[in-house]
Amino acid sequence: MVKTAEAGGKRPKVSAKEAPAFSSRVIKFGEDEPLKLDCGEEIAPLEIAYQTYGTLNRDRSNAIYICHALTGDQHVASDHPATKRPGWWTLMVGPGKPIDTNRYFVICANVVGGCMGTTGPSTLNPKTGKPHGIELPVITIADMVRAQAMLLDKLEIPDLFCVIGGSMGGMQVLQWAVDYPSRVFTAVPIATAAKHSSQNIAFHEVGRQAIVADNDWLGGEYLNHDTNPRKGLAVARMAAHITYLSDGALQRKFGRNLQDRDVITYGFDADFQVESYLRYQGSTFVDRFDANSYLYMTRAMDYFDLAGDHGGVLANAFSGTTTRFCIVSFTSDWLFPTEGNREIVHALNAVAADVSFVEIETDHGHDSFLLETTEMFATISGFLTAAARRRGLD
Amino acid sequence: MIEKPPAKSLALRKDLQLIADMIEPNCRVLDIGCGEGELLHQLAETKGVDARGIELSQAGVNLCVSQGLSVVQGDADSDLINYPDNSFDVVILSQTIQATQKPRAVLEQLLRIGDKVIISIPNFGYWRVRLQLLFNGTMPVTRNLQESWYDTPNIHFCTIRDFEHLCDALKVNIKKEIAIDSRGHTMAVSSWRPLMNLFGEKAVFVLTKKNT
Repeated sequence: MVKTAEAGGKRPKVSAKEAPAFSSRVIKFGEDEPLKLDCGEEIAPLEIAYQTYGTLNRDRSNAIYICHALTGDQHVASDHPATKRPGWWTLMVGPGKPIDTNRYFVICANVVGGCMGTTGPSTLNPKTGKPHGIELPVITIADMVRAQAMLLDKLEIPDLFCVIGGSMGGMQVLQWAVDYPSRVFTAVPIATAAKHSSQNIAFHEVGRQAIVADNDWLGGEYLNHDTNPRKGLAVARMAAHITYLSDGALQRKFGRNLQDRDVITYGFDADFQVESYLRYQGSTFVDRFDANSYLYMTRAMDYFDLAGDHGGVLANAFSGTTTRFCIVSFTSDWLFPTEGNREIVHALNAVAADVSFVEIETDHGHDSFLLETTEMFATISGFLTAAARRRGLD
Repeated sequence: MIEKPPAKSLALRKDLQLIADMIEPNCRVLDIGCGEGELLHQLAETKGVDARGIELSQAGVNLCVSQGLSVVQGDADSDLINYPDNSFDVVILSQTIQATQKPRAVLEQLLRIGDKVIISIPNFGYWRVRLQLLFNGTMPVTRNLQESWYDTPNIHFCTIRDFEHLCDALKVNIKKEIAIDSRGHTMAVSSWRPLMNLFGEKAVFVLTKKNT
């Protein structure tokens, strides 16, 4: 239970030595409060690591839940404890930002199956004293959201002013709106889809195969042998990273420029800047991400199919919804193209839902939602301000 | 497509004001081709209307949404089929039907979605338009129809009388019919019809399904 005044984003006062893992708050659910999973199994006990920013108002009506993406985490607007770099959405979240922490109380938790303090394959299974590894049941997007709802129950936040997120975060936003319609006043799914496409599953499979093909993966048991499938995970990240960008952005940034050399070497070293860039992306990623978590996260996205869960008709998933939606896509995003976002809009139109839909012109590809995108900020700021007025948050 | 004043201004274009005055407070309205949201903004602010919009131009949509209006990017020709029957009290199509691929199909969709349809058209029977064609022998370019034939998005022009014929063909009730002359004065349906078709620069129709 968090009191209103305490929930103001201050971290618990503990010395560095006592600081909980990843310096986030952690809420524990005991054996008597299991997380029921889509696969039929349960996780108990369960730990959820989360961050908050801003202050919960007296009516507990100004909470915004941010759903993070595949390799994101709860450090939305504060420095990442491992990389020391600023949070992944500091452009969007903070005082005076579109998600204004002077007005709203922002919550973000590491998803179940993640590797930043919430129960996942790398956390200890108290029953065995060893990391869960791939013994952890497979997690779905709905499981992640169910765990988030449990967290809100603990924080005694009855409903959310807004649920927002991009990519895998956008999938969670949609799932929130479908599974807990009365707890979601507004939903902002960004650069996402109501189902993972065949091409996207294919890319994920390449990443997973790179990990399991690494000899250091050891059937998922690497943490018990003090090793790490670094190469496999780095290759997975490199392949995925290409899908987050666009041909145009890569061309503009790197072209065919050579890396620290004037001529090609007729070898297999990183001659081109783009190769060097990808290798760097891969190698830094393994310092902050767990390979088994990567398997779980990608699988959760692959299994996501909202229409499939509702008789094959996406509109059925949203029937009767009173949530106000704002959907955002980007012209150069070929991983979650506008068409997939528009499908969600059409489904919402079919149930006469209150929906706004904006496609933003940019050549930054899927990653646009993380970047400085004036039009996206204006859209979200305007949408939230109007919705806040309706909710009486002024 | 059509020049519209800035959204913040509550002074609406004459035909939009005429439409706004016909809307009951607190009803549910869909404005198709809502531009930069002038009408929606006014309806939401002054009448508490649940106001939604569809707009073809992405710039218009983004501007609307950043003002807090519920607007989606979409096309009257292809996107109306997604809406359920009778999901809005009023559906508005202002100065847009002449730019659609299939005006008849669009009108049928409007009547399916809305209990009431308010539609405004530029009148190709307007006397200046007739004179230009008659004496110049050129496709008319007027204050209200500013683009040359090779630039105009308006591909299905009609006159007031033409539109009445379409309503007859679709067995639609014309509840109200108002022409607006070049000075912005309204000419009620009681005027002699051929005069409306001659002096009306624009016209606004209020339509319902025959059985209601």
